[in-house]
Amino acid sequence: MRLLNRSAGRLSRHRRGPLAGLAVVLLGLLLTGGLYTVFSPAQAGSAAASEEQIAQGRELFLVSCSFCHGQNGEGMRSQDGNQLGPSLVGVGAAAVDFQVGTGRMPMARPGAQVPRKPETFDQDEIAALAAYVASLGPGPAIPDESDYSLEGMSDEERQQAITNGGQIFLTNCTACHNFEGSGGAMPRGGFAPKIRGVEPRYIYEALLTGPQNMPNFTNGNLSPDEKRDVIAYLGSLEDMPDYGGFGLGGLGPVPEGLAAWVLGIGSLVGAAVWIAAHTTRSTKKKVEA
Amino acid sequence: MDTSRVAKTNATTAATTTKPNRAGAVANWADERLGLATAMKKNLRKVFPDHWSFMLGEIALWSFVVLLLTGVFLTLWFTPSMGEVQYNGSYDQLRGIHMSEAYASSLRLSFDVRGGLLMRQMHHWAAMLFVASMMVHLLRVYFTGAFRKPRELNWVIGSLLLILGTLEGFTGYSLPDDLLSGTGIRAADGFVKATPVVGTYMSFFMFGGEFPGESIIPRLYVVHVLLIPGLLLALIAAHMLLLVYHKHTQWPGPGRTEHNVVGFPMLPVYAAKAGGFFFIVFGVTALMGALLSINPVWKYGPYDPSKVTAGSQPDWYMGWPDGALRIMPGLESHFWGITISWNVMLPILILPVVMFTIVMLLPFLDAWITGDKRDHHLLERPRNAPTRTALMVALMTMYGLFWIAGGNDIIAIKLHASINQITYFLRVAVFVGPVIAFVVTRRWCISLQRKDNETLLHGYETGIIMRSAEGGYSEKHLPLSSTRAYTLAARDRDPVPVDHQHDEDVNGIPAPSGGRVAALRHRLRTLWYADNVQKPTVEELEAGHHHAEHEHELQAGVEGHAADGHQFDGHHLVEDESLRQH
Amino acid sequence: MSSHDNGHPDVPGHELSNVPDEALVNDLYANPGLPEHQWRPTDVDPRAEKRAERQVATLFGLSAVCTILLLVSYFAFDIGEDPDVVGGVGASNLFIGLSLAGALLFIGTGVIQWARKLMADHEIVEARHPSASSAADREATLAALDAGLEESGIGRRPLVRNSLLGAVGLLGLPAVVMLRDLGPTPSQVAKDKPYPGAGIENTIWEKGMRVVRDVVGTPIRPADLEIGDLVNAEPEGIFNGGEDGEPLEGLALQVNKSKGAVVVVRMEPEEITPGDGRENWSVDGIVCYSKICTHVGCPISLYERTTHHLLCPCHQSTFDLADSAKVVFGPAARPLPQLPLMVDDEGYLVAQSGFTEPVGPSFWERG
Repeated sequence: MRLLNRSAGRLSRHRRGPLAGLAVVLLGLLLTGGLYTVFSPAQAGSAAASEEQIAQGRELFLVSCSFCHGQNGEGMRSQDGNQLGPSLVGVGAAAVDFQVGTGRMPMARPGAQVPRKPETFDQDEIAALAAYVASLGPGPAIPDESDYSLEGMSDEERQQAITNGGQIFLTNCTACHNFEGSGGAMPRGGFAPKIRGVEPRYIYEALLTGPQNMPNFTNGNLSPDEKRDVIAYLGSLEDMPDYGGFGLGGLGPVPEGLAAWVLGIGSLVGAAVWIAAHTTRSTKKKVEA
Repeated sequence: MDTSRVAKTNATTAATTTKPNRAGAVANWADERLGLATAMKKNLRKVFPDHWSFMLGEIALWSFVVLLLTGVFLTLWFTPSMGEVQYNGSYDQLRGIHMSEAYASSLRLSFDVRGGLLMRQMHHWAAMLFVASMMVHLLRVYFTGAFRKPRELNWVIGSLLLILGTLEGFTGYSLPDDLLSGTGIRAADGFVKATPVVGTYMSFFMFGGEFPGESIIPRLYVVHVLLIPGLLLALIAAHMLLLVYHKHTQWPGPGRTEHNVVGFPMLPVYAAKAGGFFFIVFGVTALMGALLSINPVWKYGPYDPSKVTAGSQPDWYMGWPDGALRIMPGLESHFWGITISWNVMLPILILPVVMFTIVMLLPFLDAWITGDKRDHHLLERPRNAPTRTALMVALMTMYGLFWIAGGNDIIAIKLHASINQITYFLRVAVFVGPVIAFVVTRRWCISLQRKDNETLLHGYETGIIMRSAEGGYSEKHLPLSSTRAYTLAARDRDPVPVDHQHDEDVNGIPAPSGGRVAALRHRLRTLWYADNVQKPTVEELEAGHHHAEHEHELQAGVEGHAADGHQFDGHHLVEDESLRQH
Repeated sequence: MSSHDNGHPDVPGHELSNVPDEALVNDLYANPGLPEHQWRPTDVDPRAEKRAERQVATLFGLSAVCTILLLVSYFAFDIGEDPDVVGGVGASNLFIGLSLAGALLFIGTGVIQWARKLMADHEIVEARHPSASSAADREATLAALDAGLEESGIGRRPLVRNSLLGAVGLLGLPAVVMLRDLGPTPSQVAKDKPYPGAGIENTIWEKGMRVVRDVVGTPIRPADLEIGDLVNAEPEGIFNGGEDGEPLEGLALQVNKSKGAVVVVRMEPEEITPGDGRENWSVDGIVCYSKICTHVGCPISLYERTTHHLLCPCHQSTFDLADSAKVVFGPAARPLPQLPLMVDDEGYLVAQSGFTEPVGPSFWERG
């Protein structure tokens, strides 16, 4: 038993590599690659056939990804040993769908962290890329909508899922992503991004694959049902009205203090100036009645 | 002073004695029993000078009243207990969760009591405004020199109010027992435990055992609704009584001297203005409570010692010691089986005490250095006390940098910076920044003094550029109005520090023989006044005016010409002039 | 242009005297006295006066309207489970608040406008009096004080005086001592063990206790975790440590969560630099540390999987979990205590022993 576990552990470590190594990427090259993919003639046939999809994905990969991740997704190191792009063998389709689907990859420039940006590829191309990377080695697949949807649950079960998700969220997620999912700071310029308003699929994939510096919450760690509940709780936060008026970015006491000073003290000092200001004077003399 | 112009009343028609009206009848009834008339005789028409900056303390007073009103409302529903209950209220996301009664009742106030959320939010906003306005008021009093004799004790009372207000705020935001407030209490437990020798005992006594215990919320509640408000009320009463006794300070100006106070009477004008301001403060608080969400406790969830949220900050007034805590390097000493946590003690136990002590001692420090023992009722412009002004700006800079440190994570994400680098920067900046601020402010004040002197000697700048026959350009200056000249010149000359080389000063008084202390004081006094610009002497003023008259003669050609628009430059009465006259 | 760069004019300086002297304040110009009063339009123009009167009354009227609106909003908008919402904002709070603000602000502006426009606005002058009492008063008071002291004989009877001072001084002691029962002392708690894991230097962790997931309380097998996984975990004792294996609750639960919470992470075994004597504290690259910051005790779980750094959101102390949780940044001074891990017969992660040092913030007796 123990041996089996060990080997499972060994296996899994090849499937993960640091995704956020600082890469020295030329923006121009990437742009060229991106533009090429956008304008290159449509691939023959539909993406339905898996073989064709993988082939299409490989071509996209060679153009847009291989510069850092290597010709066969094996990862690259620069001469001084820095990781340019991690190995993608075994990261699975979910990681590709998350990274490319949220526009994080292809990376525009190296930095402490790759931010979300408008995506470069359309859904078909992302699917092709994902299929290709998934063919490199077994890894988590793109979750199905049924994995994170509350469809078909009774109201009570739904309620239970949201409440449960809230507790899991507050235990595992708020430390970095803040109590409202507004995001937070991490060491050396890194940050935990805002996760309010992010599509459930990407949240699920992030939990599954642990993009960049985020730890992963694989199914052995956080069960699929628990992931679903977290997503349900986040959804309920978004559906919830702002009971007490407009939020100040959901960042806690810092913006609240700022508002107290700027809006509160600002307007009250303004009022004081008005109260003490001299009113208009007339040049006329008072006629004593 | 021309006393014939002093109005005995501010009514437009003379008061006549008539048959007592109804108000008079009530007053009579009361006076027969309480004898209030003697005291009220003067105070009903007590004079308050009019200036916007004199109303800043009122913001604090009125927000305190708002706090009392909204606070009483909250106590009717809030249950200060850490007993565990299962939530069954209206907020879906937490239904069925175990939590303390305090948190459950906060949720009930927010979701099941109409207007409860509004009162909670108004209470919280008013608390933030209370402390903020006390600080703004403190700065006004300091920068204008209003803390000087005979008002030093009122400064001390005010400083105590600021400390108590801060503690009141901390005990208040700790009560709902949500994740954020619990994290604050947890940190406070860490602070207490870092106290040398008795730390753990104090922590165990505070919490009634191990953190978090079951006692801290009820205890904080009593401190929050009884102990500190009682002290605040008493000190506010003393603060106001002293204000009435000393009478308000005023800016120098025509008719305003050290011996009088010029302004509007308490009844009716100040009663109306101050009363109206109460409604404005209350109204602004209501507006903020209506529009801006503050401390949404339901999103934080109940306190759980194993949970935490990013952006765990205290309210703003606790932000600066928290910032000091963040940028403090991790120093700890271990010897003889004991631990001294410098990393906690220095920034949170020692620094705030030192800062508050410095603030409280400022009037005495000022008086000791300057040797000024006179009564002061006329205010001093900040520029005319450059070192004093610079000292406070330096303290403010330090405060501001600590404040930034307290929000370093939010700043990091908003400015895409690295918290590590912000921290390294601030570790240096909290020491260097105040020094730079001190020097810059001091020189700035001195430049402004110099500019004032220019204006006194040569008149004001008209904005009219004259070209001389030789082709040179110069700006035409015109003499100041008597009001303006008087106001500008209404300031003390700095005393010339006693020269230590000689045994007696210019007045022939022997130099005090206080040894090292006296030498230090002398050195400080020399530095205090160093480089200050004094107002012109009578001779200089005359020389300046001669010079100006001479220039006038040279420029007489345009005098009265339409091009000479100076009569419309806002410094003259233009009642009988019209632009088209020339 | 002669400016006074070098400051001191050649007038002889003066040591400030005790008497406020007006000449000190302004020796350049005579005080011109209060300027002549200027009337406001509302003082001289009856039409303007009427207009201002109507304006003020309108403001008061608007306030009354707002108060009515407040009452209407109070009853009209639902709160609770199915609240009314306007523009994404809770309607009850918004409208009660806005109408309250209106009611108050209109009264405030009305009253102030009244004062500014219609109330007489002659500035009046009041003389100041010295803050100090007159010399005669002071003397009389001192005499009275002396007489009182003399008659009491407090100066002549040191025995009475000193015994009184001693007795009153001693009364300060009960004021402190009677607070003693605010709580037990740390050693009492450690000795009496009113609940499992009691005592500032103890936690509920003990040899063989399972590491379970927080919230759900399920045990963890090493194979459940992959490289880069982070588990926010708890001692199983809080889920079954009560009498008859009941979950802990109330005080016992809170105290044990506040000391027992841990983080479990998995990394490449070769990335771990084990501390001295900690070579076998990890299982297949899985390490477990106290979640309670050694700075002031915030729970920390902001984990970076590539650097293995753990960050505290309260004061940014950063610990390297691959290197015995040593402090790499921030105000904390000590590494997080490590919990030695092993696998039990059923293949679940358990503690080899309790923590080998007290968890949480430093304290004096910690050593």
